[in-house]
Amino acid sequence: MAELNILVCVKQVPDPEGPPSAFEVDSAARKVTPKGIPPVLSPFDENALEAAIRVKEAAGGSITMLSVGNNLSKAVMLKALASGADRLVTVEDPSCDQEGLDAFATASLLAAAVRKAGPFDLILTGRQAADTNAGQVGLGLAQLLSIPAVSVAGKVEVNGGTARVETVLPDGYEVVEASLPLLVTVSHEVGDLRYPSLMAIKKAKTLPMETFKPADLGMEPGSLVINEITELTAPNRERRCRLVEGESPEDAGAKLAALLKEDKII
Amino acid sequence: MAEKEGILVIAELSPAGAPDAVTLELLGLGARLAASSGKQLQAAAVGIDTASAAATLIASGAAAVFTVEGSAYAAYDPDLHVTALEKVVEEAGPSAVLVGNTTVGQDLVPRLAFALKAGLTTDAVSLEMKGGALASTKPVYGGNAMAVFVSRGKPALASVRPGAGDPAKPDASRTGETVKVDVEAPSPRLSFGGKVLEEGGDVRLEEARVIVSGGRGLGGAEGFEQLRELARLLGGAVGASRPPVDAGWWPSTQQVGITGKIVSPEVYVAVAISGSSQHLSGISDSRVIVAINKDPEAYIFKVSDYGVVGEWQQVLPGLSSRIREILGV
Ligand SMILES: Cc1cc2nc3c(=O)[nH]c(=O)nc-3n(C[C@H](O)[C@H](O)[C@H](O)COP(=O)(O)OP(=O)(O)OC[C@H]3O[C@@H](n4cnc5c(N)ncnc54)[C@H](O)[C@@H]3O)c2cc1C
Ligand SMILES: Cc1cc2nc3c(=O)[nH]c(=O)nc-3n(C[C@H](O)[C@H](O)[C@H](O)COP(=O)(O)OP(=O)(O)OC[C@H]3O[C@@H](n4cnc5c(N)ncnc54)[C@H](O)[C@@H]3O)c2cc1C
Repeated sequence: MAELNILVCVKQVPDPEGPPSAFEVDSAARKVTPKGIPPVLSPFDENALEAAIRVKEAAGGSITMLSVGNNLSKAVMLKALASGADRLVTVEDPSCDQEGLDAFATASLLAAAVRKAGPFDLILTGRQAADTNAGQVGLGLAQLLSIPAVSVAGKVEVNGGTARVETVLPDGYEVVEASLPLLVTVSHEVGDLRYPSLMAIKKAKTLPMETFKPADLGMEPGSLVINEITELTAPNRERRCRLVEGESPEDAGAKLAALLKEDKII
Repeated sequence: MAEKEGILVIAELSPAGAPDAVTLELLGLGARLAASSGKQLQAAAVGIDTASAAATLIASGAAAVFTVEGSAYAAYDPDLHVTALEKVVEEAGPSAVLVGNTTVGQDLVPRLAFALKAGLTTDAVSLEMKGGALASTKPVYGGNAMAVFVSRGKPALASVRPGAGDPAKPDASRTGETVKVDVEAPSPRLSFGGKVLEEGGDVRLEEARVIVSGGRGLGGAEGFEQLRELARLLGGAVGASRPPVDAGWWPSTQQVGITGKIVSPEVYVAVAISGSSQHLSGISDSRVIVAINKDPEAYIFKVSDYGVVGEWQQVLPGLSSRIREILGV
């Protein structure tokens, strides 16, 4: 078999571990403005990249990273590239802003970019993006490309023309095998993305990078959108907390038990 | 095509062929949507033998059940199920399609939506019909905002979080039609090696009345033994935030949160958990939340009903021994 061509689809999101107060909800504009938190690769996409690097280490091949967006951070992309990818393809345009796209438009742009920059034997995505937690784009992309797909992988291996994937189940796992080309959505059980060396970060700048406009792909993102946000609100999840104090922490624990009994909670 | 436009519920069947609990919830929700919009409640069942499932679905409110039968459908295979359901949706022509946001649902519904080129909202927590169209509400930004999605065109698909609605009550006197749909199953592209089950806790988190969960602040697997003791006293289960699972202190089957189990116990006790939005997304339907944390500023206190500020190593023994006294054990 010729060299394995691996694609990893990555989405840039506001750091999902930012504090709840950092996410300001503007209901009128139907927008969430993250305050003072940096953009990062969606964490499951980092796991997907790590899975790709492990496949490359074991079976050889090359890794292309693909991202659709607007104002993608160069630093975020370079750091990810430096972890072990070989090439970056982006589709960038104001029309590719998060708020202007839905899963169908995003996957359609990715599919068009795959046709232009491919072919790929193995396509990896995150199981779900950390901002929307939608979990649609990976499986949708496979559907658009008419290739088989396996979701929520905890382990990915390639041997010759066949992939062996362990999928994560609520109460265990299952082994699924398929011939390439194949798309796999990846979960964090795969393992954290390795840190790149300073040398690798320097070298990443010299790796091949291409940027397409939607028009280069014959696409008009806005016209592809099917699902629209009609309302956006801040949830009210705060409760009034009764803080229980005591003479010592043990005593506070005992008083908590008594209070829970009094309020018929236990 | 049915005479009235429908709300189509895709049933998930147990290995024995019976519709599962989530399917009954979807029928409950679907009946409400159908009534409010003058539509018909429909269901789809795919399996080896769907006769008894169809009877249950009709008794649970479906006016029409579309079935696809064959030995090829013994176990879930996404390619076969998507092809079958695509055909069902074509025949039924529904305006909305509801699927459970279960392990199978999460794998199935994006494929089906894209095959139909239809809009999909995943993990919806509430549904409404607005001007004849489905409006689905779901949390975004890890639960820091709630968004309502409406699809252009038909049908609109939604996968619905388990527990989002009250289950339909079966009534054997209800009647409905069963429509057999013929589908040529494509040849399988994936080969499944069988499930390997891992040992979880003693009580299933989803069914537990009390859950005691531990976070990164427990510092190791030993801490979980103390949580287990408290959970045992209260007849509950032990859960965890993600860091203890990643560190191998507690089984991954017991992770609570947006990428773990979504739970709704009577009492949720969060020990040494800071209250990240991803964790809170999994517990916000708990009736009472109790927090134990050494940091008075921890966000978890903002979303709790009861709290103790202190080191768990000291608070827990006091709590457990008083509970033992109260319960007389
Ligand atoms: C505030 C807000 C407003 C929004 N407004 C709308 C709206 O008006 N209408 C609407 O329909 N949707 C809207 N969305 C939804 C969202 O923009 C799209 O659904 C999104 O762009 C598609 O990705 P996803 O988050 O659904 O990805 P998922 O399906 O959760 O992503 C799965 C995987 O697909 C890959 N992937 C996803 N996106 C990309 C990408 N851009 N580049 C490369 N790989 C990617 C990644 O590997 C990712 O892990 C909004 C979301 C938010 C938070
Ligand atoms: C896409 C995505 C999905 C995720 N999904 C999930 C998920 O499903 N579930 C989940 O839980 N997380 C999830 N996370 C991770 C989440 O963002 C947080 O990192 C995680 O929930 C933090 O866990 P924690 O509260 O246990 O740890 P920390 O935030 O580190 O908090 C530890 C707490 O312990 C307290 N503490 C320390 N020592 C003691 C002591 N001796 N006594 C008392 N208190 C003490 C500290 O004050 C602190 O508040 C996800 C993240 C991402 C990006």
